[in-house]
Amino acid sequence: MKPVQDRVTATKGINRRAFLSRSAMGGGLLLGFSLDTASAADAIDKPISAADTTGFKPNAFISISEQGVVTLVSKQPEIGQGIKTSLPMVIAEELEVDWKDVRVVQADLDPVYGRQSAGGSTSTPTNYDNFLRLGATARTMLIQAAAQTWAVPVAECIAANTAVHHLPSKRSLHYGKLVVKAAQLAVPSANAVKLKDPKNYKLLGSWVGGVDNLALVTGMPLFGIDVRLPGMLYAVFEKCPVFGAKVLGVNLDAIKALPGVRDAFIIEGTANLNGLMPGVAIVAESTWAAFSARRQLKVNWDEGQAVKVSWDSFVAQAKTLASQPGTTQLRKDGDPATAFATAVKTVQADYSYPFISHASIEPQNCTAWYRDGAFEIWAPTQNPAAGQNLVSSTLGVPNEKITVHMTRSGGGFGRRLSADYVVEAAAIAKRVNAPVKLTWSREDDLRHDHFRAGGFHHLRGALDKAGKLTAWHNHFITFANRVTRDGQSILQPGSGANLSGDEFPGRWVANCLLEQTAMECAIPMGPWRAPGSNVFAWVFHSFIDELAHAAGRDPLEFRLELLGNKDVVPGTGERDEPYNVARMRHVLTEVAQKADWGRKKFVRGQGQGIAFHFSHRGYIAEVAEVTVSKAGKLKVDRVVVVSDIGSQIVNLSGAENQVQGSVIDGLGTMMFAELDIQRGGIVQSNFTDYPMIGFPDAPARIDVHFLKTNQPVTGLGEPALPPLAPAVCNAIFAAIGKRVRQLPLSRVDLSWS
Amino acid sequence: MSQYSLNINGITRQVEVPSETPLLWVLRDNLDLPGTKFGCGVGNCGACTVHINGVPTRSCMTPVSTVGRKKVVTIEGLHPQGAHPLQTAWQELDVPQCGYCQTGQIMTAAALLQENPNPTDAEIDDAMSGNLCRCATYLRIRAGIHRAAEIAEKKGKV
Repeated sequence: MKPVQDRVTATKGINRRAFLSRSAMGGGLLLGFSLDTASAADAIDKPISAADTTGFKPNAFISISEQGVVTLVSKQPEIGQGIKTSLPMVIAEELEVDWKDVRVVQADLDPVYGRQSAGGSTSTPTNYDNFLRLGATARTMLIQAAAQTWAVPVAECIAANTAVHHLPSKRSLHYGKLVVKAAQLAVPSANAVKLKDPKNYKLLGSWVGGVDNLALVTGMPLFGIDVRLPGMLYAVFEKCPVFGAKVLGVNLDAIKALPGVRDAFIIEGTANLNGLMPGVAIVAESTWAAFSARRQLKVNWDEGQAVKVSWDSFVAQAKTLASQPGTTQLRKDGDPATAFATAVKTVQADYSYPFISHASIEPQNCTAWYRDGAFEIWAPTQNPAAGQNLVSSTLGVPNEKITVHMTRSGGGFGRRLSADYVVEAAAIAKRVNAPVKLTWSREDDLRHDHFRAGGFHHLRGALDKAGKLTAWHNHFITFANRVTRDGQSILQPGSGANLSGDEFPGRWVANCLLEQTAMECAIPMGPWRAPGSNVFAWVFHSFIDELAHAAGRDPLEFRLELLGNKDVVPGTGERDEPYNVARMRHVLTEVAQKADWGRKKFVRGQGQGIAFHFSHRGYIAEVAEVTVSKAGKLKVDRVVVVSDIGSQIVNLSGAENQVQGSVIDGLGTMMFAELDIQRGGIVQSNFTDYPMIGFPDAPARIDVHFLKTNQPVTGLGEPALPPLAPAVCNAIFAAIGKRVRQLPLSRVDLSWS
Repeated sequence: MSQYSLNINGITRQVEVPSETPLLWVLRDNLDLPGTKFGCGVGNCGACTVHINGVPTRSCMTPVSTVGRKKVVTIEGLHPQGAHPLQTAWQELDVPQCGYCQTGQIMTAAALLQENPNPTDAEIDDAMSGNLCRCATYLRIRAGIHRAAEIAEKKGKV
């Protein structure tokens, strides 16, 4: 960073660099971008966007100015997964530009960019090939422009370092000098352009810092909560802790009389548990005025039937259901009954886990402005189209009259695929003649999440005299909401709360019975990082470990035998993917080797555990090494992760950061995350009673390895999380002989003597 | 509403706000200093950390009326050019994921390095234990603090 002379220029310097050179945000947030020493006007007239830059614009993602500034659009939402850096790197590689010449701007929601949702670790796999071609197309045109300028054959020209070079004459032209000519050329078909040989990549696979890092470490406004518009008002929205409760009455007059309060009103809401819920809005002149006024609210709620619900009642119901056959049979192979009857050894175990919250560190917020029948919305979102659609369907404004600007998100983890907070802000803004920023409290965020559902698994496994797994039975008791689909009232399991019949080891065990029973609830549920996988991997790989130990076999060797010798196992249903067993064997044997599995000796209280999981197109295996003190305190000493996510790591720094973050997220969730439900609502309120993992519990060491395979390039936001919990729990068993069958770990006594 | 004259990043700033308003919201809403973040509102996550007379303090739990003439430093004022060794190290090591908590992490770490220019891992864990990172970049934060200590040593001071 270049030094600047004084405080005033310093802020402007940071300001410019942060927003112009690296991270300009879409649209109107810049209106409000101002620091104490920088005028709003200074910020307004400077932002570069692809739309208003003159020069060469071969497609919606690339523009190159006559000054040689390369502006790349980041189409996807940035939630901490690093996509705002990594996808532009893909274009830059084929475009042959110096990364230091690149400026990245955040896109708004716009059909020109295609799908703009960051969920399911899909941003990389669904855009990678296209982005290579976008860059290659522009590079092809720039070479052509240079060849024409010099009147030489195209074949004698190469592109490198933001310039075209004619080797025979040793002439070079910087891209900036070519943009006028290139802009006049016909754009070639993207499928016709020649792509680079990956072995010649310079940028992809290297270690590149995030494009917003300077802005982040100097506190520049980037996040939804930082949006500031002229005349903006500040809102809070009070919902009942009991999900879906309606407002019967509220002391609106008293609230409106409080200092700084501009308005207060009831929002009726809808019956959609993941949409606009009923509540009371307060609109004020500052965040604090709104927060303070909220403390004076006296709401009389119609709590309905939902108030009778508690976690304990679900536990009791699940226990009853467990003794009955499942209502849905997900899979039946062979003859499980006979296999269990003739087994040499049968192992039986029950596993359970609670509801949990996403707890992204930036509480949900959204800014909305309703003018002339149209909305302008600024949202920290993983799925801007979902916000547009929900606002449209709920408030009766057509999609084309709803502009959505995406801000950086302070964490996502699946939470911001939902748009409840967006529609709340819009519903409030529709009543107010000014832009309004809705800010949730941490308590709102924890209690009105779209939760990861709890669940109960009742497992049995059969072993023959050779210690081979001959039968597997699971009855999964899960949670579902009642919804209407095509006029029918149905029970729809929550996101990640629906087991696939193909989930490992379904398809691998000759005699296999998978059943599911859903308990109806009116609790909003939603996708949580690696939905389903984040718990299924723990349950199944813990139980597989139990079976390995019951058979007196090494847990790695038992797993390798279970995986078998086929290279690919096809999916059973139409939607289930083939499972590349060869890739999984590869990561499993690699992780074992790198962790010295079977060779390392441990004293009592220390041990290693192993697990693997396939999700989100990624094949990942992990070994955890733990120490459990006699008092029962767990310390994870080391985690070794081997991933096969295809032929190319895009950004090595981002990839390693995602893996290490996933490991620690998986560990913290396993150790601490638990919500209790009483009287139809969530008991926990803040980080005081919903603790997050901190420095002291983070492992000292996480070794991250990537295999380079001849497979498509895939995403890494999720798949490294699922194997962590079973690897740690299996290590705990190896260390002290105690099997963890209930999460979180804080509920389990790990003391030993 | 009361009038306050605050010393923020070496500049005197006037605000008129209710006396119980947390410093966090004065910084964010009144003074256009959004680098100090709202995370929990109960002093439990560290995202709102600022220095008050050099001491790392949770601004969400600090009523503006208690600040007086004490010197408040926010992330925006940590270093005149945004080049504090921690800010440099954070970029070198690509510490952030979502980045929301990082200004609070840096403010707590800056106070640690002021007291202890070369902390061990255990000392880092202890000093930083009140700062949560939901993306769990803890390993890189640890490494970033060590790297900043190195940079500072070369420069002769933090």
